[in-house]
Amino acid sequence: MLSYITRRLLQSVPLLVGVSIIGFGLMHLAPGGPLAVYTLNPTITNQDIERIRLVLGLDQPVHIQYLKWAAGMFTGNWGNTFFGGRPVLDVILERMPATFLLMGSALSLAILIGVTIGILGAVRRYSVFDTLATTGAMVALSFPTFWFGLMAIYFFAVRLGWLPSGGMFELGEEGNPLDLLRHLVLPAIVLALVITAIWSRYARSSLLEVLHQDYMRTAKAKGLRPRERLLRHAMPNALKPLIALLGIELPALFSGALVTETIFGWPGMGRLFVDALNMKEYPILMGMIMFTALFVIAGNLIADVIIALLDPRVRLS
Amino acid sequence: MTLADTTAPDLSSAANTAPVLRVDDLHVHFRIPGGVMRAVDGVSFDLRRGETLGLVGESGSGKTMTSLALLRLLETPPAQIDGKAVMFEGRDLLRLPEREMTDLRGSRLSMVFQEPMTSLNPIMTIGRQIDEPLVRHLGLTAAAARARTHELLGLVGIPRPAQAATVYPHQLSGGMRQRAMIAIALACRPSVLVADEPTTALDVTIQAQILELLEQLQQEMGTAILLITHDLAVIAETAHRVAVMYAGRIVETGPVAALFAAPLHPYTEGLLRSIPRVVRTPAAELPEIPGFVPAPGTLPAGCAFAPRCAYADAACHGTRPALQPALSDREVACWKPRHG
Repeated sequence: MLSYITRRLLQSVPLLVGVSIIGFGLMHLAPGGPLAVYTLNPTITNQDIERIRLVLGLDQPVHIQYLKWAAGMFTGNWGNTFFGGRPVLDVILERMPATFLLMGSALSLAILIGVTIGILGAVRRYSVFDTLATTGAMVALSFPTFWFGLMAIYFFAVRLGWLPSGGMFELGEEGNPLDLLRHLVLPAIVLALVITAIWSRYARSSLLEVLHQDYMRTAKAKGLRPRERLLRHAMPNALKPLIALLGIELPALFSGALVTETIFGWPGMGRLFVDALNMKEYPILMGMIMFTALFVIAGNLIADVIIALLDPRVRLS
Repeated sequence: MTLADTTAPDLSSAANTAPVLRVDDLHVHFRIPGGVMRAVDGVSFDLRRGETLGLVGESGSGKTMTSLALLRLLETPPAQIDGKAVMFEGRDLLRLPEREMTDLRGSRLSMVFQEPMTSLNPIMTIGRQIDEPLVRHLGLTAAAARARTHELLGLVGIPRPAQAATVYPHQLSGGMRQRAMIAIALACRPSVLVADEPTTALDVTIQAQILELLEQLQQEMGTAILLITHDLAVIAETAHRVAVMYAGRIVETGPVAALFAAPLHPYTEGLLRSIPRVVRTPAAELPEIPGFVPAPGTLPAGCAFAPRCAYADAACHGTRPALQPALSDREVACWKPRHG
């Protein structure tokens, strides 16, 4: 097991290098640059701009810039931001709790509700509930997250005034957990909506497949009650593909969080990324790309290990 | 040696006891687009205490459907189970509430399936799978159940029971897995065991061992066995009586030796003739029954076997023959029985 994890981690190194090259290349292919904002500022002369370019190292060829950045990464130095000169890692870690709070709540909500809907749908296949759940999931999957976000703000914040439309705290309420909860409800639900739909579909089909296995007939022939058959025999077997899904869905969760954070003004990594994109903050962008890549790789590795622990037939080698 | 020479196990003690399971006019229907498929079409038989009744027939003859309907393991819908009665220990299984049926399954009425690989839960240890019916039906504590599980594993001939209880199904051979299945089925000493092709998925040498094991456990526990198979050799070796199924109906029943020696139904005759024998004249071709089993839903009005029968006449094609007593302890559904 340990040698497997080590090997998987080593395998991820070339993957990360590839991700960084593509990310760096695409970033520099985009028109404009971090200095574009200064060109319209009459108080800054061309000489000033050239000097800044020299200081930030932007005068050098792209591959040299990349190698310098990569060399820093290998020694644990994520670089400094262009505007403000703060360490990139600090800036990202500062935003991490907000994003993980949002993603964590949305994911827990989505798994809890989605899996429950999926189980009920599979057990009562083709019932009114199942049909409604299927239709609901299709609707949720057909609309983009930002539309749900805008609708939620319009109805619950603007029309009904029940919940705040954005941000994390009211002014002067910083650190108040109840205020945080009020702000968390809408973005978490909006982010959870699409994930819930996905999970309900996967849980339903995974459980349906298990319910038709021979060993489920054996469980019935043993005289086990429906609840015992479901909880002891069907669910543990149906869980495996869902855990794999958890690993696969992580990137989608990140991009969903990005959209949601932007709409609700949630001060997390998603907002940081969008802001950095607008300002061409190359060090932050690269830091974010590497951070999410690492996170997704780790998530998938953990999912694989859990599957191996659940299923004695799976050997990690 | 022909199959008919095989002596059936002694029946004298079992023959005069009342049936433990009496199936009366069992039907299993499936609604299909454009009609109704009659998978089991009026099957009746008795299973006596401690005896083995072989239910034999080709694929699609309805024998597995019959067995699954007995334990009500078919999903309804799509299946629909009907009939006059299935009397088991004084209760009609067809009309028993599902809750009471659940109490009977695995305790008084058990089943062994064809595929020991897929019939066991792949991510649960063998021990836990045998513990389950013990805890469920006998109310044993986890520790008591495990002790009994070790005994059962020994009883079905699995070496080192304590260790075998901790392994997963994929770590056992096919024969060992089927032994574990039998341990599950017999854990609560049922009075009836339905064994659906219990040896079909196994090697021939293992087949004999499993059949021997079933026979030995039957003698110890007095369990009646409904043995479902397409293999006449298996019937000859293990069954006391045999019921031959064709197209969802029983066409002939009787004691194994008598039925094999002198089949009454032309279909039984054809089945017995088409068994390959080790010693035969080199040029002789293996006789076969011409034609195919009619697809369910396309049954002829008269005898279902008439289109393939060499002796059929107008009466056979016109009217369906009912299962009638013939000779001693035998029944046949045929207008022109062979040795009548």
